Amino acid sequence: MSIDLHFDLKRPDFHLDVESRIPVRGVTALFGRSGCGKTTLLRCVAGLEPSARGRLVVDGETWQDARHFLPAHKRPVGYVFQEGRLFPHLSVQGNLEYGYRRIPAEQRVVQPDEVIDLLGLDALLARRPGELSGGQRQRVAMGRALLTSPRVLLMDEPLAALDAISKTEILPYLERLHDELSIPVLYVSHSIDEVMRLADHMLLLEDGRLRAEGPLRELTTRGDLPLARAEEAVALLEAEVLNHDDEDHVSILGINGARLTLLREDLPVGKQVRLSIHARDVSIALTPPQGISMLNCLPATVREIHEETRPGEVLLGLDVCGQSLLARISRRSLRSLGLTPGMQVHALIKAVALVE
Amino acid sequence: MLDSWISPQDATALWLTLKLAAISTLVLLVLGTPLAWWLARTRWRGKLLIETVVALPLVLPPTVLGFYLLLLLGAQGPIQAMGGPAFAFTFTGLVIGSVFYSLPFVVQPLQNAFVSVGDATLEAAAALRAGPWDRFFTVVIPLSLRGFLTATTLGFAHTVGEFGVVLMIGGNIPGETQVVSIAIYDHVEAVDYASAHVLSALLLGLSFLMLFALYAINGRFRLTSA
Repeated sequence: MSIDLHFDLKRPDFHLDVESRIPVRGVTALFGRSGCGKTTLLRCVAGLEPSARGRLVVDGETWQDARHFLPAHKRPVGYVFQEGRLFPHLSVQGNLEYGYRRIPAEQRVVQPDEVIDLLGLDALLARRPGELSGGQRQRVAMGRALLTSPRVLLMDEPLAALDAISKTEILPYLERLHDELSIPVLYVSHSIDEVMRLADHMLLLEDGRLRAEGPLRELTTRGDLPLARAEEAVALLEAEVLNHDDEDHVSILGINGARLTLLREDLPVGKQVRLSIHARDVSIALTPPQGISMLNCLPATVREIHEETRPGEVLLGLDVCGQSLLARISRRSLRSLGLTPGMQVHALIKAVALVE
Repeated sequence: MLDSWISPQDATALWLTLKLAAISTLVLLVLGTPLAWWLARTRWRGKLLIETVVALPLVLPPTVLGFYLLLLLGAQGPIQAMGGPAFAFTFTGLVIGSVFYSLPFVVQPLQNAFVSVGDATLEAAAALRAGPWDRFFTVVIPLSLRGFLTATTLGFAHTVGEFGVVLMIGGNIPGETQVVSIAIYDHVEAVDYASAHVLSALLLGLSFLMLFALYAINGRFRLTSA
């Protein structure tokens, strides 16, 4: 599935002008600061911005072009709003069924039982939206959108209005959505943590324009983008659980042949996991060091060197077994090691975090 | 039993009043709903003008409204000049007058209710495949029930209490245009205070009950929705 879009929307103090062809598989994050236009872009896809000019072709079907505008209620999308927007006059059950009943029976791919089970809504069905907590409301909002069997699920910061506890309550459900349903998701967020946890692909927006797009792993480590420049810059690596060593209480993970050792995590062998490694937790050695407490040392190739990060510091883009890693080191180290692009080095990794 | 209290002519006036209020309220709901919806949704600047015109009967002496309606609806009025019937001094004329007279009492509560439904909820309904009519009937109306209740009660009660407009365009024809408020005036003029008492007390009780019911129901709604 792909979404081919070009939107142009002028407001008094804002101009959205985005053109992209999104290969929609899994979760695509629309990421950027507040006011960058990510929500507006999502609304354009849903048909909620009738004054937006442009073109939208989803899976070969034209939803919008110069002469044609498919109204919002005819677009097969599910939309989860930031504030839930449940119907206060209907019970949870009534809210869930509202969209479902409006879909022709033969197009109902997602069934109520499935959604109620997936989102844990069984105990809430008879309640009114006013009697739900913030996290519960968002689960109902998600279920309601899913029950329209959408071709694409649009989520506008579904966690932004929630407190930290509700967020941790709802994230596992989002991950289950990702894992168990094959509905692609466009996910608006300004929280890099959420994006790291959920997204596969990313559109980075800046002042109403598309700054970059691509697989999440590539974008977070691209030195020319603000993500890698941030204090909290991280690289994401895909790894497989190889085995566990119960004596030392560690888990061994494989990254295309190389191995990483983590403190024991309760994960099934063979599971694909996502790891995040902070740029500041990676050091560089020219030869594999001996007599050192650090467990993880991976062979790496220096791909790029970004000088202009902070005074006295440089950011290295490394290639580790075909995946990208970031390392923040001092300018002095760069000079004393004589690092240049293409050099073979060893990346010493102080801390690895499991993202999922 | 009522016969001993109330003359046949007064009973007719009472029946006519209730009929007039019921029909006018119905017409007001049918016309007022789209008007209120449009006022609630439009961003047209001229909306202010329409809102002012709708609100005029709140401040205008009913005789002024009645005078212009008489010119409009009466013999040699523009409607008759265009080939229409003369509505003045007919029941239909009273309905037309009442609709103008009670318009703000129906349109304003509905407009407020529609505004408070908000774009957000309507967008959510649209994203769940509800078209414009579907949204109106399954989201707007259920969420505006209090507004409809207020509009219906105020529209009805205000029409029951109409006097000046009826006097100007309806006159005092028993069985056709003589409503309770006019009958009371007649009784007082004729120093028949007993009959005036009966009708006045009836109208007082009726109005009190309607408003009391409205406030009671609205208060309960408020509690359950909070």
